[in-house]
Amino acid sequence: MSATERQTDSRSSGRSGWRVRWCGDAALVVECDADLDPRVNARAVEIARQVRLARVEGVRDVVPTHSAVTVYLDPVAGDAEVLSRRLLSWAESSAPAAEAQREITVGVRYGGPGGPDLEAVAAFAGCSIDEVVRRHAAGHYRVFMLGFLPGFAYMGVVDSRIAMPRRATPRLAVPARSVGIAGRQTGIYPSAAPGGWQLIGTADIAPFTLQAEPACIFRAGDLVRFEPRVVES
Amino acid sequence: MRVRVIAPGPLTTVQDLGRWGHQAWGIPVSGAMDTWSHRVANHLVGNLPEAATLEVTLAGPKLEFSEDATIAVVGARFWLEIDGRTVPSGCTFSLSAGGRLSFGPRTAGARAYLAVAGGFELPMVFGSRSTDLASRFGGLDGRSLRAEDCLDVGDPHGGARPGKKLRPPFPLPRGGAVLRVLVRDDGGGRPELLFGPRFRLGPTSNRMGYRLSGPSVSPGRPASGLSAATPVGTIQVPPSGEPILLMADRQTTGGYRAPATVISADVGVAAQLAPGDWVEFKPCSYSSAHVALASREDALRLQAGGMA
Repeated sequence: MSATERQTDSRSSGRSGWRVRWCGDAALVVECDADLDPRVNARAVEIARQVRLARVEGVRDVVPTHSAVTVYLDPVAGDAEVLSRRLLSWAESSAPAAEAQREITVGVRYGGPGGPDLEAVAAFAGCSIDEVVRRHAAGHYRVFMLGFLPGFAYMGVVDSRIAMPRRATPRLAVPARSVGIAGRQTGIYPSAAPGGWQLIGTADIAPFTLQAEPACIFRAGDLVRFEPRVVES
Repeated sequence: MRVRVIAPGPLTTVQDLGRWGHQAWGIPVSGAMDTWSHRVANHLVGNLPEAATLEVTLAGPKLEFSEDATIAVVGARFWLEIDGRTVPSGCTFSLSAGGRLSFGPRTAGARAYLAVAGGFELPMVFGSRSTDLASRFGGLDGRSLRAEDCLDVGDPHGGARPGKKLRPPFPLPRGGAVLRVLVRDDGGGRPELLFGPRFRLGPTSNRMGYRLSGPSVSPGRPASGLSAATPVGTIQVPPSGEPILLMADRQTTGGYRAPATVISADVGVAAQLAPGDWVEFKPCSYSSAHVALASREDALRLQAGGMA
């Protein structure tokens, strides 16, 4: 996305598009009504960056999500009114995001034991398995946010044809590195966990390694592409 | 100095004030469930508030101290046996080298915090010594204590307060508690359904969250499927209609409706509830939430004489 496009988008989200509210008495949320909107999310990531840079007293944590930023505030030490005003001004700023978008390519072994739902996604899409793989690997995905598990990146936007909703009954154990689809989002399980995403393959990277620096491969705002890897027999 | 675990108790973990600043990477906060009791215990033995303590759950461990030690046990009330003497918890004690501490019957609350002058020395993981049981890191290899574990203790700063008694600034719940909540003003779910009925903590309630059984709480219109941040005290309502009160080991984000959040002043009260206990929710205003918190902080500071 170019800087010019970014400027346009923040104007279109409008001065009244963002608002601040409490979430409990120890967190403020600046948010705007949006679904999976890369431009709105770019603004959220930029607000989060500004909050961290500003080193506001009493701020304990800053969590950007799809179309919101939650700022954890020590309710005793922090000044919520001042923070609230600053959050709105960062949200309404038309300045482009200062941070360049990183590009990360992830190899995926589609199907096989790591992709037990690939056939189901093909049935959902009414196309062949190869076509599901082609469409998933053709996407340029934005990391909208991390959450759920350490290092778990919510990426989008998945081609609507293969955007199969979550399973009705989640699996009790999804293996680490599984690549899944949940509606218009895709992601890689960093560790074995219960989960309801439709599993289509196995990634060749570990999104979270405790001993590594940094421990998490992805951060909000990254651009991710998937490359099919040939299954070794 | 080292502390040897003779018997671990059902769930004893190393905790501090939590792993802040990493939630943007999906890394949970964890930390003491009842941070008030954790802080009071540290204060009594002359530690900084962020020193690591042991969080003892429902029943306690049996420990042996390699050198003379000053300890404090604060939070849930237990009968303690120290070198053969039976004493009530809630203040500081001195043990001599080779001394043993064992936890006896619990008479109130659910979680007690054992601080040792010097604090438990364990590697920092993302800036904290807290045990994150779900992520399996922090504390002692990300797990609860086992028999024959040995924990290193740092050098005491001095300033321990022998014999001094100091209580967290709220009464320990006996069988249940009324928790004040702030209603979310973003139309998430139907908060009014939370007020009135009495819920019970389900048997699978743990450090991540309490499953509350009682009348079904309709989540209202379905959630968007997108995730939002989940502060401690968030009451989530999944489609099943069984609310979940999110506690210290909660995930950083969640996709369920979250109609209300327990106020900071009452999270420590919630931490002292055990499975089977009842809970009721009562709406509260933002200004009362802040007043409640400030008055608890003041009460603690007054008792402690300048406690951090």
